Amino acid sequence: MNRNGPDRQSQRQLGRISRRAMLLGAAQLGGFGLLAARMYQLQVLEADRYAVLADENRINVRFAVASRGMIVDRFGQPLATNRTSYRIAVVPEEAEDLAALLDRLDRIVPLAPEHRQRVIELARRQRAFVPIVTHSNLTWKEIAHVAARSPDLPGVEIAATDERVYPTGELCAHVVGYVGAVAKKDLTGDPVLALPDLRIGKSGVERVYDDALRGEAARRQVEVNAVGRVIRELHRDPGKPGATVRLALDAELQRYGASLFGEETGAAVVMDIHSGEVIALISRPSFDPGLFPDGISQVNWDRLLNAPNAPLVDKAIAGQYAPGSTFKMLVALAGLESGQITPKTKFHCSGVLELGKGRFHCWNRGGHGSVDVHDAIVQSCDIYFYEVARRIGIDRIADMARRFGLGSRLGIDLPGEQPGLIPDKEWKRKRFDRPWQIGESLVAGIGQGYVLATPLQLAAMTARMVNGGQLVRPGLLAESAHPGQAEDTLTVSAQALDIVRRAMIGVTSEPKGTAASSQIPHERLRMGGKTGTSQVRRISQRERRQRVLRNDELPRQERDHALFVGFAPIDAPRYAVSVIVEHGGGGSRVAAPIAADLLRVAQMRLSQNQPT
Amino acid sequence: MRPARLSPRFSLASPAAAADPASLWYRVTRLDWWLIGLIVALAGIGFAILYSAADGSWQPWAGKQALRFGIGMVMMIAVATISFTLWWRTAYLVYALALALLVMVEFTGVGEGSQRWISLGFMNLQPSETMKLALVLALARYFHDLDENQVDRIVVLIPPAVLTGIPALLVLRQPDLGTAMILVALAVAVTFLAGLAWWKFALGAALTAAAGPLAWRFLLHDYQRDRVLTFLDPGRDPHGAGYHILQSKIGLGSGGLFGKGFIGGTQSQLSFLPEKHTDFIFTLLAEEFGFFGSILLAAIIIGIIGCCYAIMMRCESVFARVLVLGLATNFFLYAFINMAMVMGLLPVVGVPLPLVSYGGTSMLTLLIGFGFIQSAAIHRGRLPLRHRGIS
Repeated sequence: MNRNGPDRQSQRQLGRISRRAMLLGAAQLGGFGLLAARMYQLQVLEADRYAVLADENRINVRFAVASRGMIVDRFGQPLATNRTSYRIAVVPEEAEDLAALLDRLDRIVPLAPEHRQRVIELARRQRAFVPIVTHSNLTWKEIAHVAARSPDLPGVEIAATDERVYPTGELCAHVVGYVGAVAKKDLTGDPVLALPDLRIGKSGVERVYDDALRGEAARRQVEVNAVGRVIRELHRDPGKPGATVRLALDAELQRYGASLFGEETGAAVVMDIHSGEVIALISRPSFDPGLFPDGISQVNWDRLLNAPNAPLVDKAIAGQYAPGSTFKMLVALAGLESGQITPKTKFHCSGVLELGKGRFHCWNRGGHGSVDVHDAIVQSCDIYFYEVARRIGIDRIADMARRFGLGSRLGIDLPGEQPGLIPDKEWKRKRFDRPWQIGESLVAGIGQGYVLATPLQLAAMTARMVNGGQLVRPGLLAESAHPGQAEDTLTVSAQALDIVRRAMIGVTSEPKGTAASSQIPHERLRMGGKTGTSQVRRISQRERRQRVLRNDELPRQERDHALFVGFAPIDAPRYAVSVIVEHGGGGSRVAAPIAADLLRVAQMRLSQNQPT
Repeated sequence: MRPARLSPRFSLASPAAAADPASLWYRVTRLDWWLIGLIVALAGIGFAILYSAADGSWQPWAGKQALRFGIGMVMMIAVATISFTLWWRTAYLVYALALALLVMVEFTGVGEGSQRWISLGFMNLQPSETMKLALVLALARYFHDLDENQVDRIVVLIPPAVLTGIPALLVLRQPDLGTAMILVALAVAVTFLAGLAWWKFALGAALTAAAGPLAWRFLLHDYQRDRVLTFLDPGRDPHGAGYHILQSKIGLGSGGLFGKGFIGGTQSQLSFLPEKHTDFIFTLLAEEFGFFGSILLAAIIIGIIGCCYAIMMRCESVFARVLVLGLATNFFLYAFINMAMVMGLLPVVGVPLPLVSYGGTSMLTLLIGFGFIQSAAIHRGRLPLRHRGIS
């Protein structure tokens, strides 16, 4: 081939190079084949997956809290509502000179120096397009001043937020509850919960109906870049404002009832005996729910938490008291049902009953003489019920009490309800590993000893007794589907219920009735009921032998609780009530008048304002 | 198109019958216009992507890149039309100059974190890029001059090892692992082409494997180790070193078959993708033009390499063949490593996509490299043999 150039060796060399070049070229082609396969994998096979990832990258959802629904009473009076509160933020990148801007702002609405320092600090750390809040909780007037100078204030943003207010204040605090900022334990992964403006229900109705009240946050789908700046809006969902929750509660009755307590502590419940609607749920003392939405201070919180009369506890549903003589109606029913007594059965009350070595006293030391079941309830004779309890035993009493809703939670739509306690033989064995003593049956027969009930349970018990034996459950909503709509009828004979109901009328109507002086003085609004006095301290045998101290001779925390359960009107019962005045003394003297006033006003308001 | 057959082959001395090989016009007509066309196409795609990367603007990248490309093309043709013999003669001198620049960068280099550039006033020069060219030149010259019978002796490998080792270590110090590895890979490829026995390659590979753990321990920087570890397990650091590769794969994959359209790439336009105008520019292309765009780009690159192989086959000297193949391999390594890197097949090392990524030095050195190849195409690599025995 060569005429004058390279030698043969060189030709062989060139040949070798081209052969090896082919190998190298093949390897390089192979490399590109690998790349092509990878492209195919990423861009064809897995394209969908990466498309989703790309969208997740760039699409961000921004939420705006929906305005929280109102809570109103049965007549539409607001119990929880919103007030617009204004707030100012500065966007550092839009402000020409942040320090000068803050100075100008400070002249319109004062800015604390340390807060100003924090704003400048934040402006240095955050991205320049993120607004920094300088003022919150401004009034409309202050905001108007700022808005008027807005050409002078580049980068200043005004935003409105809702602030929760409670017009009835402490009157309905336990029922309505309060809202607060989202705590760590409330986080469920729902991104809405991470919004700083969001307030969620922490107690009461605010908590139970939080979902409905909260509504649906507005959602804005926005495209953001890698540092989070919004580039454009892709989609907007206006969300839904929270629903208004209408309660069966009558705020005026609630206010009136609270005033009846004066300085006394305790609880009262008024409910509709047919629907179970709770129209008053009073717990004294109370607290101001307005302290909570912006975060309660530690000092205030400690004061509320440690107050001796427990203002934070809803005593109407969480206070557990010995029901005292209000329990006797159940013992009477259990006795009648068991056949151990009839309406005609009489026992003699001499003021004391001896059982083995024990002596059981009647509140009337002189004795009631010979009494039947009607008289025993009317005069609240202890000896009669000792005798019934001795004959039928604790288990029959407990069974009857449970049928009337005692001993377990009724399931009212409020957090924190307590179950009370109805003891029986089984319970005692489990709890103390001891057999039940007959004497304990006697004590339980007059609603003392282990027996505990909440005011709500006592009201529900009374409702079931006088509504013809419907299994009614208390509920807070004023809706057609009442939580307490009767599903069932109690398995108690109508005849026995009638005896008890008539005896309750006797309590307030007959001269010897324990609450005769508290009868409602309107013919058509009259009430029936039962008094109760529940002993807080134990009376020793020695004290019995000398002289039992009168209540006003005792320190306050040792005085008896005063109770009353009742209903009205007597001809066609509509409302049930329960009242407990802590350490108030006798039920007839302290609790019955409150109950009478509550029932009277409840009935009058019904005739005046027929709810829609 | 190519008046190749007009002149008698292998004839330096006797002038052609139809044209005067000495005339500039004659040389220009003998340029490989296929190669030039593909280079222009590739660079053109680069301008378009840089235009898109700036959100539809010639500023700040695409315009400057086009200007540089124009200058580079003039330099390429100049290099091509100057006598090929000159490059053979000055190969070692060019190497020495490049090495001098590389040493200079040790003392006067500019750059953040790593010293890679020399400021020339109008542009920053990256001596490691020019070194690739110079190394291929020097090695081609070395193997050309080697007596064929000596090729297979181990001692003949010492000069290439030194020629490669010094710049590789210097580059590694900068630190620039990617370029250092490319230098070594180039030397290996050239040695392979020159005809070293198979078993010696096998031995070399075994030694390299054995040296791997030592290099890991002593030669690599923490961040380089980090990159390799992250490459092996990208979930290890999704916000740090793994972020790049994750975002790049999202960009590539979400492009799908046909892409999101010109200037429509969300990953890159919303700056999730780092270095979108340099090392990760292929991701932007793949996101906006999809699988077909990616394949088209790969096809152009293969076409360019193919042209080089065709030129190589026509060259009549060891120097020319080794030089052309070495430069083609350099181009291949750039493209392959860059694309494999953005696809998550290789660890992230700073290797640009040739002629496409924004950057002055790599553009100019690549085009000068193509100038050498074109020069070989024109002159067919006719060179005197100057065997100097190495004992």
